[in-house]
Amino acid sequence: MVATPETAESSQVMSASDVERALTRIAHEIVETQRGTEGLMLLGIPRRGAPLAVRLGEKLARIDPSFDPAASVGALDITMYRDDLRSGAARTPEPTHVPDAGVDGATVVLVDDVLYSGRTIRAALDALSDLGRPQTVRLAVLVDRGHRDLPIRADHVGKNLPTSREERVSVKLAETDGVSAEQEGVVITR
Amino acid sequence: MRHLLSTADLSREDALSILDTAEEMSGVSAREVKKLPTLRGRTVVNLFFEDSTRTRISFEAAAKRLSADVMNFSAKGSSVSKGESLKDTVQTLEAIGADAVVMRHWASGAAAQLAASDWTDCAVVNAGDGTHEHPTQALLDALTLRRRWHAAHHGPDQSPRGTDLSGMKVLIVGDILHSRVARSNIWLLNTLGAEVGLVAPATLLPVGVETWPVTVHYSFDEALAPDSAGRTPDAAMMLRVQAERMVGGGFFPTAAEYTRRWGLTDERLATLERLRLGETDCPAMLLHPGPMNRGVEVSSAAADSPLNHALDQVSHGVSVRMAVLHLLLTGADDS
Repeated sequence: MVATPETAESSQVMSASDVERALTRIAHEIVETQRGTEGLMLLGIPRRGAPLAVRLGEKLARIDPSFDPAASVGALDITMYRDDLRSGAARTPEPTHVPDAGVDGATVVLVDDVLYSGRTIRAALDALSDLGRPQTVRLAVLVDRGHRDLPIRADHVGKNLPTSREERVSVKLAETDGVSAEQEGVVITR
Repeated sequence: MRHLLSTADLSREDALSILDTAEEMSGVSAREVKKLPTLRGRTVVNLFFEDSTRTRISFEAAAKRLSADVMNFSAKGSSVSKGESLKDTVQTLEAIGADAVVMRHWASGAAAQLAASDWTDCAVVNAGDGTHEHPTQALLDALTLRRRWHAAHHGPDQSPRGTDLSGMKVLIVGDILHSRVARSNIWLLNTLGAEVGLVAPATLLPVGVETWPVTVHYSFDEALAPDSAGRTPDAAMMLRVQAERMVGGGFFPTAAEYTRRWGLTDERLATLERLRLGETDCPAMLLHPGPMNRGVEVSSAAADSPLNHALDQVSHGVSVRMAVLHLLLTGADDS
């Protein structure tokens, strides 16, 4: 993440244990809406969605032991499907890993850290349709900060966060941001 | 990166970024829908002033998998044979709306000339210029080497992303003098931390080779034997004997003598089969940029051996060229 300028005001809106609790609740919500975990596949969107999907998978396995994270959790990179490839620097794609069972007929839950414009999810839906034809696609996000550009909404939300467009929401995870487990959380900077 | 002209000016970060992107592109080639929308509406021109089948088809497949429009232009049967200059040809292509020019030319430095000129705003990819460089071939060789090297040390399920070729020892064997593949490989493998050995008759080594970051061997058998530190080569890259560039002859007495001393004969294949990748149990590798002259630089048994990665190289070629086109044609123009 970009270093916080000295004049900026930042405040923590979710602590490590808040993130943990939100993921536990989302896992229960998923099992409840699916009435189990049969045919369920979690695809995290790199970078931070990927480790979040892995954590959700572990929680699902605890709730329903028939759920096998190794066969049902993967990562879906959307770099090549973005609509802003002509701006910014050229991007190196992150790994995509789809479990061997494939997405055909599965209930795919896309997992991401922050839902903002909705453009990432639009790209993920395109990427997903090139991989096959899932039965259902759902969306789970840790934070929904509003300001959608596209008609997209999340099915499972860790925390709804009212923000202004000038504010910056950053999620820090041990796997992707080099912080310790206690330092994880969500910070809002203006 | 604005153009890809040579591996000599490629930083380690840029090289790894191309290889890592290529790893993800290989995944696309393995799935049912082999298409990405990334370069929709962009046009790639294959401008070939010299014969080539595999490089042109590979670039064409790469551009098409990224949804770009592809125009193929070969000098034969075009206005070039009527005497049109490179400048006019390229400006015509730009007026048609090309975004990238993939150029193969018989003159060394042609791609660099095009990139340095103000004739066009297109991204220029060097697909082989004379006896100078062929950067995408070296990148696909590096991808082939890296994948095996990494799998041998860390298992086949671990992604080789971000790793280089440190600790690897690669021999490049044959006509170094005329080979743009050898030059591109020497710079790139050196940047990626591999140790490069050249094996060739003295007549097929360029003047000034002693200033290159390589070890020179005049005997193939010596090069395959353990060095003073007890290490053997991990891969042998056999170059094609380029008869078309040896007009006048005099580089070696006869083809049979070349084969006997510098070819990968059945006896040398048996030696190579005993070699291992580093300290692992995985077999050493044989690479060939193709097209192979069976019975000249490689024996038929060597060409058909499981050590031979020539077909992997071809499929990795598409992935590497997708990566290069993606990295050159996306991103803001000023970055």
